Amino acid sequence: MAEHGQHSVQHAAAGEFDNMELVHPKTFLGKYVWSQDAKVIAIQYGVTAIAIGLVALVLSILMRLQLGFPNTFSLIDPASYLQYVTMHGMIMVVYLLTALFLGAFGNYLIPLMCGARDMAFPYLNMLSYWFYLAAVLILMASFFVPGGATGAGWTLYPPQAISPGTPGIDGGILLMFASLSVFIAGFTMGGLNYVVTVLQARTRGMTLMRLPLTIWGIFMATVMALLAFPALLVAILMMLCDMLLGTSFFMPEMLNLGEPSAHEGGSPLLYQHLFWFFGHPEVYIVALPAFGIVSDILATHARKNIFGYRMMVWAIIIIAVLSFVVWAHHMFISGMNPYFGFLFATTTLIIAVPTAIKVYNWVLTLWRGNIRMTVPMLFAIGFIFTFVNGGLSGLFLGNVTVDVPLADTYFVVGHFHMVMAVAPVLVVFGAIYHWYPKITGRMLDDTLGKIHFWVTFLGTYAIFYPMHFMGFAGVPRRYYGYGETSYIPDSMQALNAFMSVAAIIVALVQLVFFYNLVRSYFHGREAGPNPWQATTLEWQTEHTPPRHGNFGAELPVVYRWAYDYGVPGAKHDFLPQNMPPEAVEADDTVPGRRS
Amino acid sequence: MAMAIAVIVLAVGSVLFFFFSPWYLTPLASNWGAIDDTIQITLWVTGAVFLAVNLFLAYVIVRYRYNQRRRSQYDPENKSLELWLTGLTTLGIAGLLAPGLVVWAAFVSPPEDAHEVEVVGQQWHWSFRFPGEDGRFGSAHNRFIDEHNPFGLIDDPAGQDDILITAPHLLLPVDRPVKMVLRSKDVLHNVKVANFRAKMDMVPGQTSYFWFTPTELGEYEIVCAQLCGIAHFAMRGRVEVVEQATFDAWLDDQLTYAEIAARDPGNLEAGESRYTSCAACHGAEGQGNQALNAPKLAGLDAWYLERQLELFRSGARGTHEDDVLGQQMRPFASMLPDRQAIADVAAYIETLPERPLQATLDAGDPERGARRYRTCANCHGQQGQGIRATNGPRLAGMPDWYLERQLQNFRQGIRGRHREDPYGNQMIEMAQVLVDDRAVSDVVAYIATLPQPAMAVAAANARDGEE
Repeated sequence: MAEHGQHSVQHAAAGEFDNMELVHPKTFLGKYVWSQDAKVIAIQYGVTAIAIGLVALVLSILMRLQLGFPNTFSLIDPASYLQYVTMHGMIMVVYLLTALFLGAFGNYLIPLMCGARDMAFPYLNMLSYWFYLAAVLILMASFFVPGGATGAGWTLYPPQAISPGTPGIDGGILLMFASLSVFIAGFTMGGLNYVVTVLQARTRGMTLMRLPLTIWGIFMATVMALLAFPALLVAILMMLCDMLLGTSFFMPEMLNLGEPSAHEGGSPLLYQHLFWFFGHPEVYIVALPAFGIVSDILATHARKNIFGYRMMVWAIIIIAVLSFVVWAHHMFISGMNPYFGFLFATTTLIIAVPTAIKVYNWVLTLWRGNIRMTVPMLFAIGFIFTFVNGGLSGLFLGNVTVDVPLADTYFVVGHFHMVMAVAPVLVVFGAIYHWYPKITGRMLDDTLGKIHFWVTFLGTYAIFYPMHFMGFAGVPRRYYGYGETSYIPDSMQALNAFMSVAAIIVALVQLVFFYNLVRSYFHGREAGPNPWQATTLEWQTEHTPPRHGNFGAELPVVYRWAYDYGVPGAKHDFLPQNMPPEAVEADDTVPGRRS
Repeated sequence: MAMAIAVIVLAVGSVLFFFFSPWYLTPLASNWGAIDDTIQITLWVTGAVFLAVNLFLAYVIVRYRYNQRRRSQYDPENKSLELWLTGLTTLGIAGLLAPGLVVWAAFVSPPEDAHEVEVVGQQWHWSFRFPGEDGRFGSAHNRFIDEHNPFGLIDDPAGQDDILITAPHLLLPVDRPVKMVLRSKDVLHNVKVANFRAKMDMVPGQTSYFWFTPTELGEYEIVCAQLCGIAHFAMRGRVEVVEQATFDAWLDDQLTYAEIAARDPGNLEAGESRYTSCAACHGAEGQGNQALNAPKLAGLDAWYLERQLELFRSGARGTHEDDVLGQQMRPFASMLPDRQAIADVAAYIETLPERPLQATLDAGDPERGARRYRTCANCHGQQGQGIRATNGPRLAGMPDWYLERQLQNFRQGIRGRHREDPYGNQMIEMAQVLVDDRAVSDVVAYIATLPQPAMAVAAANARDGEE
């Protein structure tokens, strides 16, 4: 692309040392534990996040056991059930997905794809991981304190979060507050790092409009997280004051199981505004990196340039901005002034436009491509299908009137699992299959990957699609049991049992994935530097896996955007970003044999 | 290829599932057909987009599958296509939003002639208030709530004729718009009747509202739709939509705030003489008699005794065919002629001295039972002392054989199933937590370890001292 070639910006060479040996770690601890190498930190983030994610997966199975086969398991009482609901949600949203996309993929890919030797602040980067680990451990500890973890729902709404009648109001909620605070502190260190690295440490020629969409997604998500998490932090600190110091930010005069409380005049709705000012952007903090990554997977494996790159970048930016003015659509029936509904329904539906454009552009990227049905591509297409479904059901809930009967039913559960659980997780898997060869130097097994994909993709659809119909029927969520609810047909119980069985199968097939990860590490086929024939810089490193410092003696210089696949007149069907124009070999076969 | 087939099958299957699955909106029973219409519009628009995008995706997957001799088309941008798609999407979105906002404008504006009902949420019950003849609610505030003033009414003349309904059972006249004014005594709740479509959270410290017009006669279930703690799933109520005349008659029967305040308290002397017919089975001091299957009464609170006697008398308890012992109790309860008689005898029983009981069962493991009991503790108290506000009677010091039988009765729906026994309904839901007989024995064994009344402890100490 000629127009992209004209903007090569002259950067000062960043962080070039005469003797690189001086900055490499020498000891085992320095290399693998207290590592300041973004790639090692990425692995640490990834392993920790997946480990805690497995805890949340087990919690979801426990919930499904109760819902599918009620009153069978004496372990699960109403308090435990609510604790599972709460911890599953919080872990999956914050400790798994946020940490995985930003902490793991962000750390691994930002320096490599930008052409930098490392993050701008490696020490801070290391600290960020250890804060994250501490946050995870504190959160796990809350299972073991008297009263157990909090069961207030992942939204931690006051007054119930700190009032009797809710599980975990002694130690559990305090540890939740502590864990989130530490997480946010750690994230702020990491997040500032990612932003500064993207803005300041790109290699020569890597203009913003030549960045791979993966980096755009992670970058904008990080900016959003830096602005959104503080709202959560102040909200939980204010609630902590209400709990321990007797303030009344969120606590009105009320009864605690019959006994008058000491509070006066607080507003529970104030908390909800603060929470969702964080909570809605959080959806896109998870979604935008997934959008970016899936764009790159689609382009690489379809051997096709991304369709409408500039539109894609602007869509990411517009979504990021708009997502800060839609939060109250989570509160249409919260008891806030109902006239807010007009404003927030409008902003919410506007955000559907850039989101829809992204979907069109993914499909149009495949259009007239040359699609290799690799495992990452399977997951990417699975993502498109799931995301279209979840995005469209969002049009129900975002449209204030339609939300009224559907809010707080299983329709909501089905919607957000489709759009921000299954869809991003499919991208996570696709991304692992895509980048594992670079991270370990070996390919993952294809057959195991396909088994993993098909069971996960079809299984999750079997779990979450029927939930929308339970929602239409008005089945409320966060219910331990339904007993004899007159308007819920008995057939719903059979449906619940079916979904539970599907959930157990999906959970079990993840073992295949982990087996594949471990087995391929030792026995996988050698990947070589660039097995997918991709254009972006991480595939052009001197070593695979890349060593500390990422690139060889010289940082790569970028000459083109990230999507030069199938360029007419070129011999190869892809041109790496760092290939100088004079090195491009001309096509010596007969031109015009494209369809 | 497999992927394309999967996408087609899932996309078409999803749409067919919509048409053929038995699960869809509950039958509409209010004026909010417009809400159903907006759902329909959204379904058609999103369904069309869903099919179009996915079928095109499937076509692309097949048509442009990998071919080593082929190159993809280098086509980075296509301005006109992108503009067309953006424009069409914007139109579609506007088409969804516009009707939604129009209906919302109606939703937020209750009609002038709507009558008002206040719904009060608390863990884990509903209660209701009507404004009475003056058409105005008296001021109320959580600060003033106590045993005798469960609605927290302030000394306000407008409140004297307010009609208070503490049972979670509401009647509404058909075809008359009603504005539901919502209030909470404790945490967040949400009053939801699926058939009415409309719902709203209730928030402590403020009021919220929604309105609707019931259009279909019938009885509907009220559930709570906002997580409110352990028994969220068991926070149920009933609303009956009836003809205006039936409604008026029912409302006339309900007591106003002033009438409730003016009621005579139980008379101990009258109660004592009435108790003589109870004493034959339950013992002169209410100590109970296991041989006659008569539980201990001493130590129970008057409010609980009154409620159970009312249930027996009205046939809401002791009428299940398998509740043989409950059936025995009914004729005795029927001997009490009116509410005053019940209040008298309950007040008298409350004064009976309490003595500690010996455990009669030893099957349960109190340690395992302690974990089971954490569910019970929310309404019945950590020490099993009973909490009036949650309508949970005292358990500590009650005979273990009786508790076990009642828990089994609740589990099996032998007790508490009657529609006029809302707290029994709730207890059926809660008793399901005890998944088997062992769980029942365990929790009963744990309750037996809960501290018995101070008097009993003092007596035991005195006995120890003598030895």
